[in-house]
Amino acid sequence: MATTNEYTPSTTTGRLANFVDSRVGASGMVKEFGRKVFPDHWSFMFGEVALYTFVLLLLSGTFLTFFFDPSMTHVTYNGSYVPLKGIGMSAAMASTMDISFDVRGGLFMRQVHHWSALLFVASLSVHMLRVFFTGAFRRPRELNWVVGGVLLIMGLAAGFTGYSLPDDLLSGNGLRIIDGVMKALPIVGTYLSMFFFGGEFPGVHVIPRLYSLHIMIVPAVIILLLVIHLFMVVTHKHTQYPGPGRTNDNVVGFPVGPVYAAKAGGFFFIVFGIVAFISGLFQINPIWNYGPYDPSPVSAGTQPDWYIGFVDGALRLMPGYLGNFSFEWIIPFPWGDNTLVLSVLLPALVPAGALFMVMFAWPWIERWVTKDNREHHLLDRPRNAPFRTAMGAAGVVFYSVMWAAASSDLIATHFHVALNDVAYWLRILFFLGPIFAFWITRRICLSLQRKDREIVLHGREAGIIQMSPEGGFSEKHEEVDVYKRFLLTSYNDNKYIPAQPDAAGHVSGTEKRRAALSKFFFEDRVAPVTPSELEAAHAAHGHHEVEGEKQDSIEK
Amino acid sequence: MKALSKKRRHPLAAVALLLFGLLVTGSLYTAAGSVSEAKAADTTSASVTDVEEGQKLFVANCATCHGMSAEGTADGPSLIGVGAAAVDFQVGTGRMPMQMQGPQAQAKPAQFDDDQISQLSAYVASLGAGPAIPDEEALDASKGDAAHGGTVFRVNCAMCHNAAAGGGALTRGKFAPTLAGVSEKHIYEAMATGPQNMPVFNDSNITPDEKRDVITFLKTIEANGSAGGAALGNLGPVAEGLFVWTAGLGIIIAFTIWLTSRPS
Repeated sequence: MATTNEYTPSTTTGRLANFVDSRVGASGMVKEFGRKVFPDHWSFMFGEVALYTFVLLLLSGTFLTFFFDPSMTHVTYNGSYVPLKGIGMSAAMASTMDISFDVRGGLFMRQVHHWSALLFVASLSVHMLRVFFTGAFRRPRELNWVVGGVLLIMGLAAGFTGYSLPDDLLSGNGLRIIDGVMKALPIVGTYLSMFFFGGEFPGVHVIPRLYSLHIMIVPAVIILLLVIHLFMVVTHKHTQYPGPGRTNDNVVGFPVGPVYAAKAGGFFFIVFGIVAFISGLFQINPIWNYGPYDPSPVSAGTQPDWYIGFVDGALRLMPGYLGNFSFEWIIPFPWGDNTLVLSVLLPALVPAGALFMVMFAWPWIERWVTKDNREHHLLDRPRNAPFRTAMGAAGVVFYSVMWAAASSDLIATHFHVALNDVAYWLRILFFLGPIFAFWITRRICLSLQRKDREIVLHGREAGIIQMSPEGGFSEKHEEVDVYKRFLLTSYNDNKYIPAQPDAAGHVSGTEKRRAALSKFFFEDRVAPVTPSELEAAHAAHGHHEVEGEKQDSIEK
Repeated sequence: MKALSKKRRHPLAAVALLLFGLLVTGSLYTAAGSVSEAKAADTTSASVTDVEEGQKLFVANCATCHGMSAEGTADGPSLIGVGAAAVDFQVGTGRMPMQMQGPQAQAKPAQFDDDQISQLSAYVASLGAGPAIPDEEALDASKGDAAHGGTVFRVNCAMCHNAAAGGGALTRGKFAPTLAGVSEKHIYEAMATGPQNMPVFNDSNITPDEKRDVITFLKTIEANGSAGGAALGNLGPVAEGLFVWTAGLGIIIAFTIWLTSRPS
């Protein structure tokens, strides 16, 4: 076929393009991918922000590697920064000082790198929150949710290893905490710490090791996961918000070529510009203020970067003693006593572990409780999934309490309250905050759903007051249009499903637990308006009757 | 006069009258205040000896808490042997006389002028030997070594005052203040006398030369400003995180909304 109808372009450019295309078949890919349709919504763009800040991280990080010396060799600083001149420090710290003060554009690039790191993890987090609250993790996207979660953890790993590299006082204090957590592990702790630091903390090996992780292993894993993540996005199609014409089987939006190619390409430069703007005007991680690492001083106001803050906060909240009960145990083993320091182990590992476990397992938990195994390409409005939104809010509050605890000293000084009181209040909130958040959020969601029902049944308040011939006053209601009504009535409605017997007629314990959870989640629910209800409302032609009659359709 | 009576019922007449009244009251008050201030200045310049005048000031302003002869009461410690430097610091920074009881005395505009402070210092110094007010030589920041001062600062001071001297929290409502804008003399006196919750760094602990190095370090970093842009309060990663979550993500969201907006 090809031989009989060979296409021969007339221009040089055309011939070049055809030469390449006939060998790699790029036009097919462009044709396929260029027609891929993506929906348009501002909340869909945080993943993109994460991707672009990651590109920025690679670019600025490469620049930094040209000048950074990942070595703990002891040198005397002799650069331009006078308050540290003649002070002994590691080569890593000295080269970071040189990048900041003696390499042209070095400080700017350091700041670009650090600010984009903060923005990278922040946009990852917001992206995950968006996916969670809109239910975009449901079938078929469960695995991509997990990949995204691992990407977040790798983001934290990349951030922490990078934070430690300059070997300044602040990051050294952070490493000391890691050392403490390792040593709190019973039996293996000291061995693990000696292995990681290549001897007693801080040793001379940890910076080169962190450097290998930071510039090679962790970015490689991130890139691999990123490719898998994006590949799955293309395979699954993008989710979309419900609306007129949007179904589970289509995607309403614009094609990649030319719309998104232009928009996304432009957005990359916008993100680049925002980061450059911030980096040019705002100082970040002034290591010259902190000075070189030395295990003896610990500065006030020592905190990790924001994304590790919640673990630091949990450590700050944990008491060493509760009354007379000590959290530090000594376990006698045949070979001698080993310590089990629960006041370090519990806060360092348990809250973060629990948070990530629930996060990873959530798609399966939700599928198990709701028995909903259908494919979902239409997103939920957060109010239409009160149980999920409430769980998410509880998780956010749980995280934020620990996060706030990492800045307890600054809360104390800036709001003129006692540091101890901040700790006491946050300890109470650590336990009660998520419960209140769950309860309040669910109530808000249910109320918003009731409001939606009301709008569908007897329209929007028009703000026009009418006086009847008898002298009574009433407000005129305007019926909502059909598109709006579609949006307000067609949503995925989860009901309480009582425990079901299996094939043998037996109701298993697991099934009973599922039913209990289902009851807890879905007992209070607002059903979407049915066509018959709508008809009745229109027939009644007066909203007071409808409200009285149909109250029972709002369960509880 | 007729024009005035015509404007009497103007809607703004009441406002004008009120403004006029406030202006008159304010000017009279200022005038009266400056007269009494002048009187106070007169009495201090007519003192006989510093110690005697200091004692009078002490009895009038400090004795309620510190006792009639500075022996201390349940409300305030004894001042015998605290030295002139302690008085010069506490009164000179406005921490004493205390505005109210609290976890610690707060700095505020000084209540006494320099003469009165030196009289008070002279009186307290006469009660028992203590650290003296440092001389100019010991405070000359140009003669110190900033790098060595930085090391001394990080080892001895940073755990409360923060490595960049931005201040920090202590237990139960107490705090270490920021050292930005604190005078050389007050920095030295604080180290020598240990005000509030601060430990005393005596001359064998941090030598006078090292104290001067610390002063040089603090003045150098203050004069240097912040390289790389606004310092966000020198508070470390919390301020940076807050900034990226508010301003950083705020700008990003503004752009995402702009990019996805279209006439529907």
